[in-house]
Amino acid sequence: MRKRNSGKDRLITVALHVALAAGLFFAAFPIYWMLSSSFKSNTEIFALPPTILPKAFTLEAYAAILGDPVKLRFFFNSYFLAGTVTVLTVLIALLAAYGFSRFNFRGKGSLNTLIISTQTIPPITLLIPFFGLVVSYGIFDTYVALILTYLVFTLPYAILLMTGYLNTLPRDLDEAVAVDGGTSWTALWRVIVPISLPGIVATSVYTFLLCWNEFLFALTLTKSTSMRTVPIGIQLLMGQHAFEWNQMMAMSVLGSLPLLVIYLVAQRYFLAGMTAGSVK
Amino acid sequence: MTRQKRSHHKLKRAVAPYLYLSPSLLIIGLLMLLPMVTVIAYSFQNSAVLRRDPSFAGLKHYQAIFDDPVFWASLWHTLYFTCMSVIFHMTIGMVFALMLNSDRINPTLRSVLRVLYILPWLFTAVIIAVIWRLLLEPNGVVNSMLMQIGIIGSKVEWFSSPQTALHAVTFANIWAGYPLFMVSLLAGLQGIPKDFYEAADIDGAKAYQKLIFITIPQLMPIIISISLLDFIWTMQVFPLIWITTGGGPIYSTEVLSTYTYKLAFSSYNLSQASASAVVILLISLGLTLFYIRYQKAR
Repeated sequence: MRKRNSGKDRLITVALHVALAAGLFFAAFPIYWMLSSSFKSNTEIFALPPTILPKAFTLEAYAAILGDPVKLRFFFNSYFLAGTVTVLTVLIALLAAYGFSRFNFRGKGSLNTLIISTQTIPPITLLIPFFGLVVSYGIFDTYVALILTYLVFTLPYAILLMTGYLNTLPRDLDEAVAVDGGTSWTALWRVIVPISLPGIVATSVYTFLLCWNEFLFALTLTKSTSMRTVPIGIQLLMGQHAFEWNQMMAMSVLGSLPLLVIYLVAQRYFLAGMTAGSVK
Repeated sequence: MTRQKRSHHKLKRAVAPYLYLSPSLLIIGLLMLLPMVTVIAYSFQNSAVLRRDPSFAGLKHYQAIFDDPVFWASLWHTLYFTCMSVIFHMTIGMVFALMLNSDRINPTLRSVLRVLYILPWLFTAVIIAVIWRLLLEPNGVVNSMLMQIGIIGSKVEWFSSPQTALHAVTFANIWAGYPLFMVSLLAGLQGIPKDFYEAADIDGAKAYQKLIFITIPQLMPIIISISLLDFIWTMQVFPLIWITTGGGPIYSTEVLSTYTYKLAFSSYNLSQASASAVVILLISLGLTLFYIRYQKAR
């Protein structure tokens, strides 16, 4: 319907593309700068005028990070914690979601509201009592303390996400199992779980990201270097090495890899996990 | 089935949901609701956590916080940081979503740009903080570019001067947070029925009229619910500020979360920190109630 070739129309199209380029610069330049700095020497990072492409391309920063067992431990801790919490969260959330989706019971509505509202509880409010609890149970500076903490933050949204997914699955499937004399437990594992994979993947992605990014509790509930995670490691690097910027950038790139890979491989699930709660 | 078996089955059906929910409820009850009660209790005790038999303090710690000018400064900074962030997240997210949704760009370019525009979302707060520290270093690339264009005459210490620090952290947070709006609004735009626009075209509506009378009203529910969530979450931001400025220089970027953290883990005044944490909780709960009401009304 639009008259495509009028001068005014062409002008609008050109202006739109200029704006898109400006937007691209705004969105991507900081990340490009991180990437390019990670391949520079520390002196080149502050060269004047700034070098857009590394003039002397070097992997020394990556070698320094990957050759240091202390830093490798940060990565191990992050992967281990995020992995463990993801498995636990998905299992526990799946059970709860099944309960919400397939049964009617007293208090269902208020429990649902409770779970929605726990999503917005400020982490800093829970930090102080957690610190008190963790110290008094003698689990300060352990994986257990962080795993329990992270579960609390991942569960509510994971439950909502899984419930939303299970609600889209037809009920006849599990009713068929009941007719055959099977229990709801059998129906869950034989019928529901195998066809819930998309929901499980979206929940896992969301949980993994949340754990991978967590900073406040990892900072406060751990102390020894061997218990620290990647975000804390980056902060420590900033303090120790009086601004080895290339190493900080290399570690940031390595620390962003899981998120980037997940996003590129499972974009659909990633977006589903990150926006489901807010769009609905 | 015999009658006995059937009633047995019914009982199982009645108990089952509670069994399925019990692990979650146990965790949420013990590790979320109980700690909330605990932190409220701490705020009324002297030397909470640190002493085994703390004495009752009444409202003393709340009084101390409300008498502390740094608390009020933090509240104001939190409000500025949060409002500016939400407004710009919404504006930038909307502009990007509308641009990407335009039929004037070719589909390949559109999908490439969509991935690139989402980029800031894929980075952890700590990494975002480190990136912006590098960019905004006095000898860094941003100063160098701005001086070349002639916008600034000399190097600006963005994060370490009290005049610019709060704006600088807010800017970094704006950069980090717009993709949530962009993605949600893009999804919303695709859900607006095409015939609305066709009808408007027949009536001879101009582009801006379609935007004001069709697009924005249709997106309103998304805009409101995301703004509320964004407001609640931005209010709680900690790592970005902790790593870029640590609340300084001279409290100029102190927000409620860094203020509370320092009370608890630098001054070890856990009682007063609890009082401050309860204040934050009450603000969040107020906003959450509002959010839930809005969601239910829809």
